[in-house]
Amino acid sequence: MAIRVEHEVHGRRKNRNYGVLMLLLAFIAIVFGLTVVKVLQLGDLREFETFDHVARPQIVPQDGSE
Amino acid sequence: MSDISMQDSRYEANMGDYFALLKPRVMSLVVFTALVGLLVAPVPVHPFIGFVAILCIAVGAGASAALNMWWDADIDRLMKRTATRPIPSGRVEPGEALGIGMALSGFAVVLLWLATNFLAAFLLAFTIFFYAVVYSMYLKRSTPHNIVIGGAAGAFPPMIGWAVATGGVSIESILMFGLIFMWTPPHFWALALFVKSDYGRAGVPMLTETHGRDATRRQVLIYTIALVPVALGLGFTSIGGPVYLAVAVVMNLWFLKGAIDISRRDDAACEADKHKVEINVFKVSLYYLFAHFLALLLEAALRQYGIGGW
Repeated sequence: MAIRVEHEVHGRRKNRNYGVLMLLLAFIAIVFGLTVVKVLQLGDLREFETFDHVARPQIVPQDGSE
Repeated sequence: MSDISMQDSRYEANMGDYFALLKPRVMSLVVFTALVGLLVAPVPVHPFIGFVAILCIAVGAGASAALNMWWDADIDRLMKRTATRPIPSGRVEPGEALGIGMALSGFAVVLLWLATNFLAAFLLAFTIFFYAVVYSMYLKRSTPHNIVIGGAAGAFPPMIGWAVATGGVSIESILMFGLIFMWTPPHFWALALFVKSDYGRAGVPMLTETHGRDATRRQVLIYTIALVPVALGLGFTSIGGPVYLAVAVVMNLWFLKGAIDISRRDDAACEADKHKVEINVFKVSLYYLFAHFLALLLEAALRQYGIGGW
């Protein structure tokens, strides 16, 4: 018996599988878009750097105000 | 092989069936009122964040609808209006609806929190809980006032929209909540007066069946009178203005007149003109809510040019 890659259930569930694909792509687009907007809204990118990283001394202004 | 061929003969649900679980028509009202709540708020929101927030609110509302359909499948099966829903008609398994409802609730609330703020996400989570648990599981089958308290679930969206923008709750958002909350009972009972329902067969207490149609007519009038100060009061807040107030006065007089007409009728009069007045008042109630929120949006747009508001 020949091994068929394409099982009959694949055709039957095509609609659902494409639907799930679209949802996942949309979810990725939303999370990516949110990330871009949130990072741009920070204005000063050093805030982003220090949010979840240890602050690097070289990005702190020289006058030592921060 | 026999069980495989049994599987083959089963109906395979498609995306449309799952989408129907989310009650898309109810979702459109939620999207509209949430959008108005977000846009009239004094704090500007980035368009993409606003879009994601509205999407989360819509998905959250859809998720609570799926949970409602999972819980109510037994009574939906008994009523003509709901027998064609995905679960009673056999297109979707109850477990699938539960899974989709829970998963979408989680996604919607967490994403709304990440995109905006804690309060907006908390209010969305509370709305889902209120609709799926308080209304569907408890109120709906236990009291004829189910629609009054349950109406709160439908009233939250503009408050969530406002919280998305401002991160808080204020008199404006409470009054927008109050507007929908007080509007729901007369709107729904006007419908119940002319639709031949089979709630009784499903064991769901509806005011028209537990207290009779005369009592329902009185309640329509009482709630419409109580609605008027809420609707007019909103006009004197920071999001109101002359345009809103003018619309509110006209719409409230129209709705009130309809409610008075209903309260003066009896079953014989209803049968004689085939519920003409009730059908008309139900339509007016739809225009009523739409006009109020549209007027709020108009005031916000006019404020951009310095001519809206007080």
